[in-house]
Amino acid sequence: MAPAIMTRFTDTFSRGPALVCFITAGDGDTAANLDAMVEGGADVIELGMPFTDPMADGPAIQNANIRSLGKETKTADVLQIATDFRARHPDVPLVLMGYANPMIRRGPEWFADAAEKAGVDGVICVDLAPEEDEDLGPALRAKGIAPIRLATPTTDEARLPMVLDKSAGFLYYVSVAGITGKQSAALADIKSNVSRIKQHTDLPVAVGFGVRTPEQAEAIAKVADGVVVGSALVEIVAEHGENAPQHLCALVEKLANAVHSAR
Amino acid sequence: MTENKPNSFRNQPDDRGHFGQFGGRYVAETLMPLILGLEKEYKAAKEDPAFKAEFDDLLEHYVGRPSPMYFAPRLTEELGGAQIWFKRDELNHTGAHKINNCIGQILLAIRMGKTRIIAETGAGQHGVATATVCARFGLPCIVYMGAEDVRRQSPNVFRMKLLGAEVRPVTAGRGTLKDAMNEALRDWVANVHDTFYIIGTAAGPHPYPELVRDFQSVIGKEARAQLLERTGKLPDLLVAAIGGGSNAIGLFHPFLDDPTVKMLGVEAAGHGLDGDEHAASLAGGFPGVLHGNKTYLLQDEDGQITEGHSISAGLDYPGIGPEHAWLKETGRVEYTHATDTEALEAFQLLCRTEGIIPALEPSHAIAAITKVAPTMPKDAIICANLCGRGDKDIFTVAEALGVEM
Ligand SMILES: Cc1ncc(COP(=O)(O)O)c(C=O)c1O
Repeated sequence: MAPAIMTRFTDTFSRGPALVCFITAGDGDTAANLDAMVEGGADVIELGMPFTDPMADGPAIQNANIRSLGKETKTADVLQIATDFRARHPDVPLVLMGYANPMIRRGPEWFADAAEKAGVDGVICVDLAPEEDEDLGPALRAKGIAPIRLATPTTDEARLPMVLDKSAGFLYYVSVAGITGKQSAALADIKSNVSRIKQHTDLPVAVGFGVRTPEQAEAIAKVADGVVVGSALVEIVAEHGENAPQHLCALVEKLANAVHSAR
Repeated sequence: MTENKPNSFRNQPDDRGHFGQFGGRYVAETLMPLILGLEKEYKAAKEDPAFKAEFDDLLEHYVGRPSPMYFAPRLTEELGGAQIWFKRDELNHTGAHKINNCIGQILLAIRMGKTRIIAETGAGQHGVATATVCARFGLPCIVYMGAEDVRRQSPNVFRMKLLGAEVRPVTAGRGTLKDAMNEALRDWVANVHDTFYIIGTAAGPHPYPELVRDFQSVIGKEARAQLLERTGKLPDLLVAAIGGGSNAIGLFHPFLDDPTVKMLGVEAAGHGLDGDEHAASLAGGFPGVLHGNKTYLLQDEDGQITEGHSISAGLDYPGIGPEHAWLKETGRVEYTHATDTEALEAFQLLCRTEGIIPALEPSHAIAAITKVAPTMPKDAIICANLCGRGDKDIFTVAEALGVEM
């Protein structure tokens, strides 16, 4: 693994519970929105790669994908946004999140190489089951990029080792069996699932899906290593357009304070 | 890896659900345990004589199988070449081949203790077939259907409602089959504990392409026996239309290891392959990943899926079942295409010459036959899958022909 990349994740999570913020690339003024989230206190950035068929996403993120593609966002634009972000924020871990097809279209090596050059630390490929790892995993690992895997409430004990095998960076625990959006899980379930997962891995465990408020974020930060917020931020971008940065910064600040208070 | 000369074309997929480089299981983690459970259950069901007995019994007494094998004398004469035979799956209960697969899948759902059924539909034939088996077994049924398809296939929407299903129109994208499938997958991810997803074509994550093919193979098994009995030999050419590829693989699969039998799959060329308005993923697409499997897809250089077009709602899908992608690469099956206009002409030709109103989907197969039959000798035998009847399409056809109804 390339040292710089792993260091960014390790440094970040070693400071205690981290706030992971997701927005879709090319939806709104992405550079300004990312800067606002970092200013508000985001510890890790997840940059969504738009896809025509976001099967695991609810209406908020689906619409963000549609808006972004409607403005003709290309893979090259997403990579440029990442490159520019890395230049402005040398220490903030940056993760690309999306679906397999745009990632493998030009070949996994091409994508891994481009992502590395853009300063990307990790990749979450929503529809790439560990069973199909060879389509992308080896290429990412060869470039020192962390393939970040998802575990869900349906990932049972027997399956966890396979999910964790060859995953890196952090583990993303999807707390609801469902799509991204408004539905949220009971804290007790999150707590027991996170501790179950932690028996199998030393990787930090970040919890996402349905986290919208500082109260939720604080409660989850007490039982996990990270809290992922997506739809709530994407909705701000949708609602406020060019004025989104100030609103994003305000919400992220509250979320970050809540998460960091558990440190 | 694709083998150059496999010993058999009938031993796919491998144990990970791969047909050569195609197929596989590309789904969100939430679905993976369920997909693995389904695979296990399907393996057990295949070995269970009681499962097969119930499937066969329902196909015989509920669906009306075996479907006839019909020699089409006037069409044969009109085209002046090979003898044309039709496997008449349009005479099945509900009017298409789709019911064969639905019977198999609902029996699996019941075996797995699932109490809620979801499905996607394009033309509405699979939706009607799913609503039918749900009524038959008393399970609630939700059908996702693109808003555009709801419009152009309104008779089927009403049929589904009569059968007690809830039809949920999907407005995302162009509002066709692909978007309906996305929405069905979203429902499934959120309801894995009690829901079974009855996929309507030989695509999706493993084991769907395999089990749909197996359930639809009744078409080819019957056809093989019927043709041997009636003509004393195997056919020279099989022809079938391809949306996701279930009726085609159902006809082809039992013949794949008969080297003298040639096969032709017919994709929808819409307004023509030179533009974007078609649904021919093999002819105009590239390998990629969508809806749980790797296969040929209509897509741009960034891997964004492009929307297909066909006058036939059942063929209007930017992908194709992974086994067809593999059969294309191995060269075992040849694939061609027919435009909207050619399909419309073939539709009318069959009405006129044989007194059969075909669905627009198999009209594409008939269009291909009008080109190949005249080039073949008179003792050659073509067998085409007449996989659906045209009642559902009369409004679309009237509109295309400029007729006020
Ligand atoms: C009559 C008929 N034929 C063919 C198709 C296409 O599906 P497949 O290629 O899976 O047979 C459909 C789909 O709705 C259909 O209704």
